[in-house]
Amino acid sequence: MAEAMKMRATMEGDVVDVKVLIQHPMETGLRKDAKTEKLIPAHFINQVVATLNGKIVLDAQWGVGIAQNPFIGFRIKGAKPGDKVGVNAVDNLGTKFDGEVVVA
Amino acid sequence: MNQLRRAFLKNAGAVGTVAVAIAAGLLKPGAVFAAAWNSLAFTAKDPAEAIKNAGYSGAAESSDIVIKAPDIAENGAVVPITATSNIPGTTSMAIFVEKNPAPLIADFAFSNGAEPYISTRVKMAKTSIVRVSVKAGGKNYTSSREVKVTIGGCGG
Repeated sequence: MAEAMKMRATMEGDVVDVKVLIQHPMETGLRKDAKTEKLIPAHFINQVVATLNGKIVLDAQWGVGIAQNPFIGFRIKGAKPGDKVGVNAVDNLGTKFDGEVVVA
Repeated sequence: MNQLRRAFLKNAGAVGTVAVAIAAGLLKPGAVFAAAWNSLAFTAKDPAEAIKNAGYSGAAESSDIVIKAPDIAENGAVVPITATSNIPGTTSMAIFVEKNPAPLIADFAFSNGAEPYISTRVKMAKTSIVRVSVKAGGKNYTSSREVKVTIGGCGG
């Protein structure tokens, strides 16, 4: 599912600014289908881990309140061009999302 | 009853997910999800309970946590929030939307050079206090601001 994740990592001074977009419905489980009146089951990314050259820099847990097609931006100090930033995410149904980008 | 069942199903789903992923060898070494998903905190409906279960209770108000968010959000489905902690030794940060059905939005732990900064987009059911709490040096700090919502983001 690599195509479901878009990443960008750019240097700003001595800090790398990372932006990540993941395609995901982020269903809360509280919404009703307009036609059937039935609740749409919850389907959301609940864990996200980011790494710099394989070392964990960000360990996140998400609830249903993150907007659809989640965006996350974070910053890592001490990175340099050529370093690799990775993101692993998993949703409540077990679908995995991976992405990796080289710092530019 | 229905709520209980829902919480249970969510919980079961989350735990099962990690177990299956590990069993299948899907998680890369070094990128294993450190802790089990905190379903107690994420399914709490009361903001105070969510804050407590996430481990951010007893926080002191601090102006060193800077929250960037619109004063008025036209669309509650997508509200950009950027939070920065200027408190030295900040190790984690959580975002709460107090009037949402599930107030805890996300909890981030920083390590190995990650700055205490997060930019993301959240859902807001209605006008609410947006609260950002952090842990630093064994203490909790918090800051909040109101975001007015003209169209809620959790309706059907």
